[in-house]
Amino acid sequence: MTRQVRWVVFWLGAAGFGVLAVLAMIRMPGFGSLVHPYRDLAVPLANARSTPNVVSALNFDQRALDTLIEETILLGSVVGAAALLRPSDHEREHLATEEGRTLEATRLLGYLLLPMTLMVGIDVVVHGHLTPGGGFQGGVVLATGVHLLYVAGSYRTLQKLRPLAWYRLAEALGAGAFVVLGLLGLLVAGGFLVNFLPYGTSGDLFSSGTVVLLNIAVGIEVASGVIVLLAQFLAQALTVQEIR
Amino acid sequence: MTPLLLLMFLLVAAGGTVVVSTQDPKRQAVTLSVYGVLLALLFLLLQAPDVALSQVAVGTAVVPLMVLLAVRKVRGGKR
Repeated sequence: MTRQVRWVVFWLGAAGFGVLAVLAMIRMPGFGSLVHPYRDLAVPLANARSTPNVVSALNFDQRALDTLIEETILLGSVVGAAALLRPSDHEREHLATEEGRTLEATRLLGYLLLPMTLMVGIDVVVHGHLTPGGGFQGGVVLATGVHLLYVAGSYRTLQKLRPLAWYRLAEALGAGAFVVLGLLGLLVAGGFLVNFLPYGTSGDLFSSGTVVLLNIAVGIEVASGVIVLLAQFLAQALTVQEIR
Repeated sequence: MTPLLLLMFLLVAAGGTVVVSTQDPKRQAVTLSVYGVLLALLFLLLQAPDVALSQVAVGTAVVPLMVLLAVRKVRGGKR
């Protein structure tokens, strides 16, 4: 493809996108308007199922299938990145004994923040049906929190306290648990991912039916997935070397 | 639109421009991280704390870290 043809293709695409974008924006409701047809349908349904966090009610109850597909995309991306980044035949893993120095202040702050970050992550996951956040957000917070071990300590500490095989397993289990909960809905209530558990009292930890369980499954999957993903990047940057 | 919201929109636009015009990928990871915080603040002002939380965790921590690690690997693992 010559440079000229590429420009023609680009401008055709850009013009098509531009026309469609303008057409879509003309009919959009005004910024900050009070008319929200989706809100009027979604909020009462969320309240009826004891899920004060309406976003979670949408993600894990009303549109749970979308979330399942999104989680599968994440799983696929992590598997793909792990396959691409694994050491090849003419590479080996070697960790230099000299690891560089960590500032005392960084170390102190890192070890102070490590338990706090992990607690916040768990809190965001298990209260996903009540307060803003949920399995995805809490999972990423947990995964980044674990890496404070690397920032404050060393790569060796991280390797010792982060058994990677467990996280690989946990990632698959989290993704599998989502499907199993969906199939249980099919079995008990006659629909895939139907919210088949009792809804409970709004505001309780164990309420909202399957939403809280799906949040925890996603939390486990996302936390493990991001840890496995970052582990591949860290290994490539720090230990994998070509054999000369 | 409140003045605060307008200011935040302008800050996000300025931040995005800075990220795009940063040449060195290593520095770009840092500007991207700062831009992530600005975007998260905008989401918070637009009453989307869920999205703000994702943005902080992914856009400000995980993605810049992955960029930095990739840059380090590409440049031969020198400190």
